[in-house]
Amino acid sequence: MRIPALVIAGAALALGLTACGSAGPSGSNNASGSPGGNIKIGMTVSTLNNPYFVQLRDGAQAEAQKAGATLTVTDAQNDASQQVNQVQNFASQAMKAIILNPVDSDAAAPAAKAAERANIPVIAADRGVNGAEVAQTVASDNVTGGKLAAQELAELLGHKGQVVVLQGVAGTSAARDRGQGFTDGIKAFPNIKVVAQQPADFDRTKGLDVMTNLLQSNPGINGVFAENDEMALGAIKALGAKAGKEVKVVGFDGTPDGLKAVKAGTMNASVAQQPTLLGQQAVAAAVKAAKGEKIEKTVAVPVKVATTENVDEFKIY
Amino acid sequence: MAANVFLRRSWLAENGALAALVVLIVALSLLSSDFLSVTNLLNVGVQAAVTAILAFGGTFVIVTGGIDLSVGSVAALSAIVLAWTAAVAGLPWPLATVLSLVVGVACGLVSAALIAYGKLPPFIATLAMLGIARGLALVISQGSPIPMPDAVSHLGDTIGGYLPVPVIVMLVMGALAAVILNRTYVGRAMYAIGGNEEAARLSGIKVSRQKLITYALSGGFAAVAGIVLASRLASAQPQAAAGYELDAIAAVVIGGASLSGGKGRALGTFVGALILAVLRNGLNLLSVSAFWQQVVIGVVIALAVLVDTLRRRGMS
Repeated sequence: MRIPALVIAGAALALGLTACGSAGPSGSNNASGSPGGNIKIGMTVSTLNNPYFVQLRDGAQAEAQKAGATLTVTDAQNDASQQVNQVQNFASQAMKAIILNPVDSDAAAPAAKAAERANIPVIAADRGVNGAEVAQTVASDNVTGGKLAAQELAELLGHKGQVVVLQGVAGTSAARDRGQGFTDGIKAFPNIKVVAQQPADFDRTKGLDVMTNLLQSNPGINGVFAENDEMALGAIKALGAKAGKEVKVVGFDGTPDGLKAVKAGTMNASVAQQPTLLGQQAVAAAVKAAKGEKIEKTVAVPVKVATTENVDEFKIY
Repeated sequence: MAANVFLRRSWLAENGALAALVVLIVALSLLSSDFLSVTNLLNVGVQAAVTAILAFGGTFVIVTGGIDLSVGSVAALSAIVLAWTAAVAGLPWPLATVLSLVVGVACGLVSAALIAYGKLPPFIATLAMLGIARGLALVISQGSPIPMPDAVSHLGDTIGGYLPVPVIVMLVMGALAAVILNRTYVGRAMYAIGGNEEAARLSGIKVSRQKLITYALSGGFAAVAGIVLASRLASAQPQAAAGYELDAIAAVVIGGASLSGGKGRALGTFVGALILAVLRNGLNLLSVSAFWQQVVIGVVIALAVLVDTLRRRGMS
């Protein structure tokens, strides 16, 4: 009996807060004259335990400051259920818009629906939401990125050779899409053989260990595709002096460390996403949605292949 | 006589894990022609190093009947402290290294204080420390990797192309753990506390103080592991070593220690860490799919411990 009572009390409290929130502060907000003045935006990031998402957050914060909006950022620590709680909390804090960077596209639907119930527009950032409506999805195209990586690696190898793939965390959408794009893209080059595909969980240390092991079983490889830069940087450590020269390395994300390696020539290319731009666009869309303006259903933030030639065009933060 | 019997029993207990390791090595040698080479075995040694060092520290804790879930986070925090104080704050690297070890020990002391004086269960106290240390690593680093000072990064090198430094560090830390457990008052107190805490107290052991030492050692070992890990990459990462505490605990238990305390040896833990590293290496060499790897690792951990328990049950 005690637990249900507590749950009901909690739910009542949450409901009360939501009601107060949506009624109270919104009135005063409209009264203030500044352009984006006092627009409260909540942002839940899948994890801040990864430089890529830290950049996403930084871009969002910069844009929020420019627009004069108040941005609250929470870290879901790669836990989809925690993310649902965070969105619910945003709803009770009377946020005008919510930026949702899903831990998992499929598991994000309950979070998006929680916001929908409270009539708060949701902007999905970096990953889409499956099974629920959102106001806008801002994402870079991982499948296209994987294809671009395959083409780039093929060019670097002169259309022939043996390559290995370092895979991300098994079952995540980023690993799936990038791997799919790469597999599709590399099919166009019959003289390139994928000799091994092994998981290194998007982790630099694991990239180092797995690459070391793969070099034992496949000493003849001359190309590596890593589904993120962290694993590529680990692979480069394993390859030592061969990295970028006898063995071509293509990474993904265009993180600051990744771009530094491209500049140094140890990584031949990185399919650069633009997390900072992505964060900016998400906040820009959130501000518009909060004001009730119409926004596009999807915005594709372009991926660009960073190579030794053009790496200086990329902003290294 | 009693000492003799004790020795024989632990040797047998260890041989359980050792037998599992030998079986695994023979199987992999048959399945993959690349497995049994000096280079590959040295690779396995390097890949076992961080887990093994964490697990040596964990052995102390598990022998007392406690558990330390914070070691992965503490390792990351210590490495971040070293890199940050050296690269950003500009401290000389020896000082930064000492500071990083101090941070590791301090984390252990805080956990131990919560356990010994706050009467928190070790699981909860170190779970709290897991979050605190990881969070502080993120706060200090602002979520981004920090380059390690070059002088310290030599810990990740290979001397003369053959002798990897992480392996040496692992062996030194293992020997240190063995000496502490077998040859010191502190070690004997750990076994006594793990065997029966009340009896240990009644026989005059200052249990709280010994727990402080135990968790401080675990924190110190975690700091060393974190420094070795970051040296291998020449970069300290706030997200490094996440989840390694479970590997470390698995290594200790595979090595014949009992989670209820009083049992465990450094050599057994070493064998346990090697089993995990050999397994991961072998799965890569055999190109086993990502999904199956986790299944295989789980099954082998269960089998290794099962073999050991069955042997011991047969003995008694």
